[in-house]
Amino acid sequence: MEGYIHSTESFGTVDGPGIRYVVFMQGCPLRCKYCHNPDTWQIGTGERISAEEIIENYSKNKAFYAHGGITVTGGEPLLQIDFLLELFKMAKKEGIHTCIDTSGITYREGTSEYNDKLDLLLEYTDLVMLDIKHIDPVLHRELTGQDNEGILAFAKYLSEKKVPFWVRHVVVPGITDDPVYLTKLGEFLGNLSGVKALDVLPYHTMGKAKYKEMGIPYPLEGVEALSTSEAVKAKEIILKAFKETRKIP
Amino acid sequence: MNRMYEGWRGFQKGTWMSEINVRSFIKHNYTPYDGDESFLEGPTQDTLDLWEQVMDLTKQEREAGGVLDMDTKVVSTITSHGPGYLNKDKEKIVGFQTDKPFKRALHTYGGIRMAEKACSENGYKVDPEISEFFNVHRKTHNAGVFDVYTPEMRACRSSHIITGLPDAYGRGRIIGDYRRVALYGIDRLIEDKQAQRVTTRSAMYDDIIRLREELAEQMRALEQLKEMAASYGFDISQPAKDTKEAIQWLYFGYLGAVKEQNGAAMSLGRTSTFLDIYAERDIAEGRYTEKEIQELVDQFIMKLRLVKFARTPEYNSLFSGDPQWVTESIGGVAIDGRHMVTKMSYRYLHTLENLGAAPEPNLTVLWSTKLPMNFKRYCAKTSIETSSVQYENDDLMRNTHGDDYAIACCVSSMRLGKEMQFFGARANLAKCLLYAINGGRDEITGKQVAPEYTPIYSEYLDYDEVMKKFDQMMEWLAEVYVNTLNIIHYMHDKYCYEKLQMALHDKNVVRWFATGIAGLSVVADSLSAIKYAKVKVIRDETGLATDYEVEGDFPKYGNDDDRVDSIARMIVQMFMGHIRKNHTYRRGVPTTSILTITSNVVYGKNTGSTPDGRKKGEAFAPGANPMHKRDTHGAVASLASVAKLPFWDAQDGISNTFSIVPGALGKDDQIFAGDIEVDLDCSNGTCSTPTLFEGLDDKQ
Repeated sequence: MEGYIHSTESFGTVDGPGIRYVVFMQGCPLRCKYCHNPDTWQIGTGERISAEEIIENYSKNKAFYAHGGITVTGGEPLLQIDFLLELFKMAKKEGIHTCIDTSGITYREGTSEYNDKLDLLLEYTDLVMLDIKHIDPVLHRELTGQDNEGILAFAKYLSEKKVPFWVRHVVVPGITDDPVYLTKLGEFLGNLSGVKALDVLPYHTMGKAKYKEMGIPYPLEGVEALSTSEAVKAKEIILKAFKETRKIP
Repeated sequence: MNRMYEGWRGFQKGTWMSEINVRSFIKHNYTPYDGDESFLEGPTQDTLDLWEQVMDLTKQEREAGGVLDMDTKVVSTITSHGPGYLNKDKEKIVGFQTDKPFKRALHTYGGIRMAEKACSENGYKVDPEISEFFNVHRKTHNAGVFDVYTPEMRACRSSHIITGLPDAYGRGRIIGDYRRVALYGIDRLIEDKQAQRVTTRSAMYDDIIRLREELAEQMRALEQLKEMAASYGFDISQPAKDTKEAIQWLYFGYLGAVKEQNGAAMSLGRTSTFLDIYAERDIAEGRYTEKEIQELVDQFIMKLRLVKFARTPEYNSLFSGDPQWVTESIGGVAIDGRHMVTKMSYRYLHTLENLGAAPEPNLTVLWSTKLPMNFKRYCAKTSIETSSVQYENDDLMRNTHGDDYAIACCVSSMRLGKEMQFFGARANLAKCLLYAINGGRDEITGKQVAPEYTPIYSEYLDYDEVMKKFDQMMEWLAEVYVNTLNIIHYMHDKYCYEKLQMALHDKNVVRWFATGIAGLSVVADSLSAIKYAKVKVIRDETGLATDYEVEGDFPKYGNDDDRVDSIARMIVQMFMGHIRKNHTYRRGVPTTSILTITSNVVYGKNTGSTPDGRKKGEAFAPGANPMHKRDTHGAVASLASVAKLPFWDAQDGISNTFSIVPGALGKDDQIFAGDIEVDLDCSNGTCSTPTLFEGLDDKQ
């Protein structure tokens, strides 16, 4: 089957371990103010590419990906779960390391056909990168236009299923850099198992040009990029709370 | 037959003792090094003092507008100048091109006008007597070439469909095997040349006459080299006795070459593993310490950084700066499977730390997957810190050149002392495509440069029609190009022969007849646009196609898309096929390169709009690179497109210029916590956050 693909990047070095073939899936229900890929929002558009074709493009240059693999990101890749299932089944057959970069927004607790598919998909997934936008429900809604209830439930679900995952968190000055919430995030993560890494992403303004191109107003006009030192501080706060929750000195 | 010299003590015996064969010496004696860089030493105070002096002179040179001093009275030869020093007491390795550092020599044999211009553009004037001598009494390479050029060749030259021809300056690209000076000493090398002369055929056909004359010239050059070394107080008639002498002897060989020739690329060869054999022995003997060896290397490299030539602003704009291409090839793998990384490979790269980063000498790592991991790591680290290391694919080149080749200039590989190259600049294939469309008229001047073939009259370009005409035009271009080069190399041999560099070669050398391609990605994309989109031709009132409108999208080279990558591949094969059809001077073996690393700007400037949407005057992509911003699928896809080009048809090298911001190479360690690959012991409380994070998880 074919997926709706925004684009592919053959030399991905920041979306999972090693050098990776990164598939940007088209379509996302979130409208994060800092989103740097607004061109991936619209659902049901993009280039239609088959799973075979992606595996083929990957395999041609697999020498480059010896320590990497395939990452699906977006957009929100889990919107196209059937496609991911097919793609990852094929990938695992070829021994390719698979990774999903998701916001977790598609998850709802309970039993459903979707969750069955998710269970199955995770059997073919080596790593999940969960991007938690904001720990506070109200501020999450303000930042992304959606609730974070399902997202946090998804994190717990990964933890219970013992799926290894990384947590990503974009730190935006004045929006997600409040120590109170960073601490809360750390505490939340401290109660989970399976968290293998924390990836603090400093906010940057490189997405601006795309908004201009698409003719939509940039929501964070005037907000400066986050410096590395501020990002390090944010990381330390999250880690401190994480450690305290785990009761590790 | 075997002789024994003091300099050879402790070395393993081999055929290298009974014949001139440096490779055999290396094979029998080198010690592969698998360890890391921890043995390396910092610079000595003398080295630092000298370097400070160099930095000061560099500053003065910059303030003086780029040139500090030029010789206008003495024509440079191996022995033309007395010794020059920075500070004799502190220099462990000595020798400058003229009698003082930063003074540029006067090279006239390539062409007197170029020499005069290089001086006048920098505010100097060549002694009128010298000008007169080379205008009236002694012909130059440049004068010889222009006596013979046909009107068609001149037209191609001025329209820039063939550009950068070495017809007014030294061709370079020849690497003397300077190691021979150290291993054998000059007397033995002269003896060998004498034996070579005795064994030439006796019927005096012109090739034998030329060979015998050249051998005489070579022997004379070797005698002069001995004389030049003596002026610095060294007797290099015998083999070098220790590491210091080996480096000094070798450097004298190279110095003689850059005194004699102002070549477009004056590369050093592959000297590090050779010299390591001396260092290993001398350290074992207790003759030198690591610190002393590093000091010798630092000072040797310092000298190589100070090689300077008198050049014109045009030359510098063509090559983007004032490059000497003192390329040194490091590492690689031997035919017997052992890697050739030695401690000396580390010491050479370490100069970038001891003396600071620098573009020269052009330290080039012959990269193989089989290089030891420690060395790969050290290379990566040095690259990250200095951005001064070049990499080339040894696994590819070893197949055709064995394990004792080196790189001349940036990518031209040749077996040391056994192969040389006739440098051949480049043909502008993008312009050639426009000529095909315009029936041989130049798209900028409107002049008829190529033969008057039928132009394309249609409003929209048809792929098959364009390809047919392009093929014909390439055939014409290849012929005029090769013949132009035949003249150039004939005259260079006649009036500007590289006698010292060739003295450090075998008698029978393979001569690579190098040609080059510029504008490959423009051509590939243009043909792809014609094939997969619609290209409308805009013509001026004389019917000349001067611009193009592309309607629709088309596959672009640089995205790992076979539809267009196969076109790029095919063009290289077709052009090389046409090149091979022609007679080449001295049985040169035709090769081509796709490596306009810097001159792509100049080539683009002289080329009209092309059917890929590139506008008149816009730069080409460098070398075999995809056009700027057209590779939209990331680096691997871009590199994969380039890697599809057939090396067999472009054996002189394919270059891809690649720059990347550090952030695009991976996560910042400071803000990324967690490395699932690393497993460290955290019990001593000293480990960093990432591992602590991991440790926490494990304890649960």
